Amino acid sequence: MNEFFTLMKSELVVTIILFLLLFIKIGKGMSNERLLVFIQVLLLINFIAGFVANEEGSLFGGLYYTGEMIVLQKNILNLGVLLISLLFADWFIKSSHLPEFFILMLSSLLGMFFLLSSGNLLMFYLSLELASIPVAAMANFDLQKRTSSEAAMKMILTSAFSSGILLFGISLVYGATGTISFEALPALLSAAPLQVMAFIFLFAAFAFKLSIVPFHLWTADVYQGSPTATTAFLSVISKGAFAFVFVTVLYKVFQPLHSVWYNLIMLLSIVTMIVGNLFALRQQNIKRFLAFSSIAQVGFILVGISSNTAEGTASVVYFILIYIFSNLAAFGVVGLIASQANRESINDYRGLYQTNKFLSWMIALALFSLAGIPPTAGFFGKLFLIKAGASQANYFYIIIAAVNLVVSLYYYLKIIRAIFMEPNEQPIAAIRVSFSVKLGLVICAAGIILTGLIGWIYDYIQLLG
Amino acid sequence: MNLLLLILIPLVTAVGVLLAAKQQAKWIAFGGAAIQLITSFVLLAAFYAQRTAGNTTQFLFEQQYNWFPSLNISFHLGVDGISVAMILLTAFVVIAGVLVSWKVDKMTKEFFFLLILLSLGAYGFFISLDLFILFFFLEIAVIPKYLLIGIWGSGKKQYAANKLALLLMFGSALVLVGMMGTYFGSGAHTFDLPALAKLNMPVEVQKICFPLLFAGFGIFTALFPFHTWVPDGHSAAPTAGSMFLAGISMKLGGYGCLRVAMYLMPEGAKEYANIIIILATIAILYGAFATMMQQDFKYINAYSSVSHCGFVLLGLGMLTKTAITGAVMQMVSHGVMTALFFAIIGMIYERTHTRQVNEMGGLLKVTPFISTALFIVGLCSLGLPGLSGFVAEMTVFVGSWQNADAFHRIATIAACMSIVVTAVYILRAIGKVAMGPLKAGYETITDATWNERLATIILISGILAIGLAPFWLNDLVRPGAEIIMQKMSASH
Repeated sequence: MNEFFTLMKSELVVTIILFLLLFIKIGKGMSNERLLVFIQVLLLINFIAGFVANEEGSLFGGLYYTGEMIVLQKNILNLGVLLISLLFADWFIKSSHLPEFFILMLSSLLGMFFLLSSGNLLMFYLSLELASIPVAAMANFDLQKRTSSEAAMKMILTSAFSSGILLFGISLVYGATGTISFEALPALLSAAPLQVMAFIFLFAAFAFKLSIVPFHLWTADVYQGSPTATTAFLSVISKGAFAFVFVTVLYKVFQPLHSVWYNLIMLLSIVTMIVGNLFALRQQNIKRFLAFSSIAQVGFILVGISSNTAEGTASVVYFILIYIFSNLAAFGVVGLIASQANRESINDYRGLYQTNKFLSWMIALALFSLAGIPPTAGFFGKLFLIKAGASQANYFYIIIAAVNLVVSLYYYLKIIRAIFMEPNEQPIAAIRVSFSVKLGLVICAAGIILTGLIGWIYDYIQLLG
Repeated sequence: MNLLLLILIPLVTAVGVLLAAKQQAKWIAFGGAAIQLITSFVLLAAFYAQRTAGNTTQFLFEQQYNWFPSLNISFHLGVDGISVAMILLTAFVVIAGVLVSWKVDKMTKEFFFLLILLSLGAYGFFISLDLFILFFFLEIAVIPKYLLIGIWGSGKKQYAANKLALLLMFGSALVLVGMMGTYFGSGAHTFDLPALAKLNMPVEVQKICFPLLFAGFGIFTALFPFHTWVPDGHSAAPTAGSMFLAGISMKLGGYGCLRVAMYLMPEGAKEYANIIIILATIAILYGAFATMMQQDFKYINAYSSVSHCGFVLLGLGMLTKTAITGAVMQMVSHGVMTALFFAIIGMIYERTHTRQVNEMGGLLKVTPFISTALFIVGLCSLGLPGLSGFVAEMTVFVGSWQNADAFHRIATIAACMSIVVTAVYILRAIGKVAMGPLKAGYETITDATWNERLATIILISGILAIGLAPFWLNDLVRPGAEIIMQKMSASH
């Protein structure tokens, strides 16, 4: 019984918070401002609790497993959720359904926790559903906007479709090997046609979640239509969690099929980077732009994943940590501007520096980090991904990745140019940045600068892997 | 001598500039640059002291701190004579650049912050002995350039800023791939330069990685046909930006070619030397002839920079000790000279509000100081003995001539021819601007202010120090070139 409490601590804490929020919802005694602070404190406690009394072990006959690396990944996700609660305070306070939003978000987070800890395909499937379905409801939270419902609809349909594919893959795996346990699978897998087929179906399900080309088509519409807080959650937390699981499953379970998935990943990552970059070049809406840029970022994550070494895992986890800071900072600014000035087009950002210096610097820092410009952490993240990928000595692949870095710089600079250089007669008026948002942005900025420069962060991650 | 100072001083200055009030920003930047100049001289003195005391270690004042131990990346610093020369150059250009930007009124704090950040990248680059941090500092410098041109520039500034940032990033991307190839191909799994230099890398790896690294760094120093960012970037940049670009930033490339590509991969260098020579000769001639056609004063100097930087690559490609020494001397000499040239052009533009050579005339009568400086820098550019340009180019030619075969001779002679062309365009431009009757409307122009005079004097003293007494620079640089040549001949 004790073991149950210590090992499942992260999940239990989130569950308790969930129930608290449910009670609050029934009680209806608090104003949004106070409620938000209360939630932020709860999430902070949740984040801190992630660091104490962690143990390694498995439960329920291998169905649930946790270890140092998994705890770290959960902590990173916790940090992301905490930052979201800070950064989108403006929108949350205006929202008429504040507790529900957090209930859904935390349910999804709980699903991700189980996903990270799952030790068998059944558990894996159930937690994946728990992680995805609430997000569709979150996408529908801009109740007066039709695009928001459209986004939710698209999200739920693609989710269902990818779940179907996943289930089919799982059934094939079970048919071919007679087991669904992650521990027993590697010994039974080989590159037989049926098993390759099963693997490809599983892969497709991941590709949907991570929006790897050609399974990316839902991304842009959903990102654009959803409220920015949901978009941020979807593009950062959800993507991060799936990337973590993807690495583990590929490296641990499907190791015998390495030769199959290496080529698959290389191919898809090249296509993903190129398509993401080329489409990002043409976008006018900043959320849509960030959607395509995040597709390109996933292409980069795949470069790291292709390495098939401990360094690959470490570089992916490290990159996601940095990605959380950078992308959330970018979405934070975009969300604030969307919520107060109701403007989302890149052209509206022209001349922003004249009126909003702090926000301009923050989004610039975030974009530089996304583009991989030193001294921001994004530089280190991308470099280590490439370095991990280069261990396979595939120069062609590395050159394409490096050239894509240049292309991506072009469109990130487009926004920088609009903000700092282009004149505008009606720039966005000065925006009031509340304490909570400011705190969130400053934490992100500190993360963007320090995560790279402090070398032991990477070393710590690598030691765990 | 603690090399960390060279990074910390600009860092503190940059933070100071950000925290200061708008009016104080320039003073803080100036103070920081002055302290940095003094530190550079202290470094030079300490370096000489060590060498005269008989310390023949290749890199002096080495420091090494673990940064990413699990990836074998360490913060490894150290200098040899070549780095010391480049650091001195940087310090000269930075202080002059700050001084001529005295009147920048638009976003003053941001301007000086970016200038200092750019210089930080250069200082860090020149003292790194680890490929990873070298690359880190190389890339730090890209964004300040972009913003300096895009925000404070003139003309087609956004186009130029974009072109520059993308081409330089493309160069970095090539360097990055070459770096990864070195890391894994050498089998040593390290980015440490001295460690990599000790082991002989497999020839196949050298043949793949050398062109990547050389072309990558080459883009920074206007390697033909990737030179196109130079004219646009230099002419659109604000005065200090042009000075930094031509005086420091282009030198990062030459230094990288030498320190990384050639030093680590002598076999690769031999393999591709002829291609380098051909490209360099084209750049020299093409740059010179292209300059003849320009009317815009900044374009004149920008294109002539392509030509002059061609000498750097030519010297490197010749693979003789003297030619490599000459190449480094040309880097230093061209850095100081071109910075001064851009500074003078900036001063003239501020007064006449035109950069078209045809629209100016007779300025010697109203601005004797500026015009005299213009003469000095022009004569230096065309290689008048007694000034730095002559010393450096002469060394390159002598070194090139040591290769006895027809191919090298032809390339050398072709490159020599460009000097005639240089004389034509320089004398024509200077003559039009400074001599002849004073054009109407320029009667009330005032001569240089104290800060402009100080900047000019600092840079002219640099030109004279190299031109009149070249031996100190030669002695500083030659041992570095010798080590590379030893590696080259040992790898037969």
